[in-house]
Amino acid sequence: MEFEDDYPKPSWFRMNYRALWGRAYPRIIGANREPSWVFFETFLPILAVAAYVFIYKAWIPEPTMAELMIGFVIVGGAMTAYWMNVLWSMAAQLYWEKEMGNLELFMVAPVSRMSILGGMALGGMFTSTVRAVSTIIAGVLLFGVSLTVQEPLYLVLIFIFTMLALYGMGMMFASLYMMWGREAWHMSILLTEPIYLASGFWFPLKGFQYMLGQPGFWIGVGASLIPITLGLDGMRQCLFGTEMGFFPLWLELAVLIALTGLFIFLARLALAKMEELGKKEGRLTLRWQ
Amino acid sequence: MTMIPNAVEIKDLRRTFKTKAVKSKKELVTALDGADLEIKEGELFGLLGPNGAGKTTIIKILATLLFPTSGKAEVLGYDVMKDAYQIRKNINMVSGGETSGYGILTVNENLWMFSQFYGIPGKIAKKRIKRLLRVMDLEKKADAKVRTLSTGERQKANMIRGFMTDPKLIFLDEPTLGLDVNASRLIRDFIKDWMRSKTGRTVLLTTHYMMEADELCDRVAIIDQGKILACDTPANLKRLVTKESTLKLEIRKVQDISAFQNIKGVKRFTYDHNITAGITKLNFILDDEAIVADIVAEVPKSGSKIVSVEKSEPTLEDVFVTLVGRGLHEN
Repeated sequence: MEFEDDYPKPSWFRMNYRALWGRAYPRIIGANREPSWVFFETFLPILAVAAYVFIYKAWIPEPTMAELMIGFVIVGGAMTAYWMNVLWSMAAQLYWEKEMGNLELFMVAPVSRMSILGGMALGGMFTSTVRAVSTIIAGVLLFGVSLTVQEPLYLVLIFIFTMLALYGMGMMFASLYMMWGREAWHMSILLTEPIYLASGFWFPLKGFQYMLGQPGFWIGVGASLIPITLGLDGMRQCLFGTEMGFFPLWLELAVLIALTGLFIFLARLALAKMEELGKKEGRLTLRWQ
Repeated sequence: MTMIPNAVEIKDLRRTFKTKAVKSKKELVTALDGADLEIKEGELFGLLGPNGAGKTTIIKILATLLFPTSGKAEVLGYDVMKDAYQIRKNINMVSGGETSGYGILTVNENLWMFSQFYGIPGKIAKKRIKRLLRVMDLEKKADAKVRTLSTGERQKANMIRGFMTDPKLIFLDEPTLGLDVNASRLIRDFIKDWMRSKTGRTVLLTTHYMMEADELCDRVAIIDQGKILACDTPANLKRLVTKESTLKLEIRKVQDISAFQNIKGVKRFTYDHNITAGITKLNFILDDEAIVADIVAEVPKSGSKIVSVEKSEPTLEDVFVTLVGRGLHEN
């Protein structure tokens, strides 16, 4: 058996680009093959959002304010999809790949582990985007939210850098979770509900300041280490005005760019460390082998 | 005369693992205990040993998935510790019982995905996959989801995954483990054909099937408890025991087999009970053929009946028994 189709050795960039798409493929195709996920990823999240919408409608007497808060909830509900994806799918991905027997094949491949993780992220973003878009559509059609893009360039840039920083964080978690194994689930639980609160998924981040004063401001600053916090706040400012913004838009974008660099750097570092430690301790391969 | 370069070179390779149960006491399990090995480019080399002998550990180290605790290992002239990327460009790996890929994808899609990790252009990858599917008699399953495949079909797909990247060196870790006769034969034929069709390709095969090692390998190393006990061609290894006679005996209703062990002139003795059939297979390595009569005479004394007697040529298992003192499938 001899292949007569020799091809020029691909450049490093092309190799990794192919690996990225190769790994994104199962997520995207898999999602299309099991249509039941559409129900779970679109209908059920709308129920959670609806609860907050009804509370705000019932409790806020001023219609303009109520509408604003409902708009905030819809954007928060949409962005939840990405946070949940990073926390419960992306972070645990390498752990599951190891359990499935794929990890050692990924590790033997002559490509950057970042491109394989990037492929996982890209695939995850696809399904999360369907969920996010369906939440936005439901917000507009069912709850009458009006979205007026006031800062389109900022909106696009803030969304892009939120995604990059967020999935960079997911890549970092993926390495850590693989090393910690099952213990890492506790971390995910710890980061779910408290982050909903601290990042202001269901209310403006500035709300902390209104309620708690100076300590509330510092809670917001602390929560800004999670990229979704400023991403949410920035996008809300672009859609509903800067009045309720936590920081000026330019500053939020700058912090998100910095967080992108930081998390991608940390992800590379964590991956290298994970690989080295895995080779030393024999953790890259299945335990029973 | 030109020297054939080494595809693999291992010197005093050691690897220890901390076991979970005894971690608190910092006890270590030795998987490799100073192994030395040289495999030439173009060789089909076999590592033969029982479970837990250290075969998979050697492969994991050479495939850059595991660091050795000490010693040196080089693959295609590159150090496994320092040049992992260079090694990975030239190798691939297939393990028996492997469950890689995603069940929701088809065989074609899974293979295409893995081809992308090696930068194979899409069209070429599809062409290679198609060809290998035909060779492996898996064409009909090309569009079947991986989760619907049988064990044999899955392993054929794994073989395609490993070979489609056209590696200079491929590690096959028990590739026919748990497969039926036909699937095993097809895989063995494929490996032989692969080696024949292009010079310079190297295969490192681990197995505990002696027949497989005997049939396929240019050279075989026998490994036990992390140590390489012997390394030579199968024919030369078998010559180690040709001075001795080998007798295989099948007996029924055996009550006490210890009597056979004590017969003078029995150098090595192994047995295997087939409880369902009620038959016990006895394998003897004898100092002298004359002892056969003593052994046969012992059968009725032990309350048994002879089912068959076979004076056989030595096998690699006999070599293993001679070197290790127990059978390949005994713990």
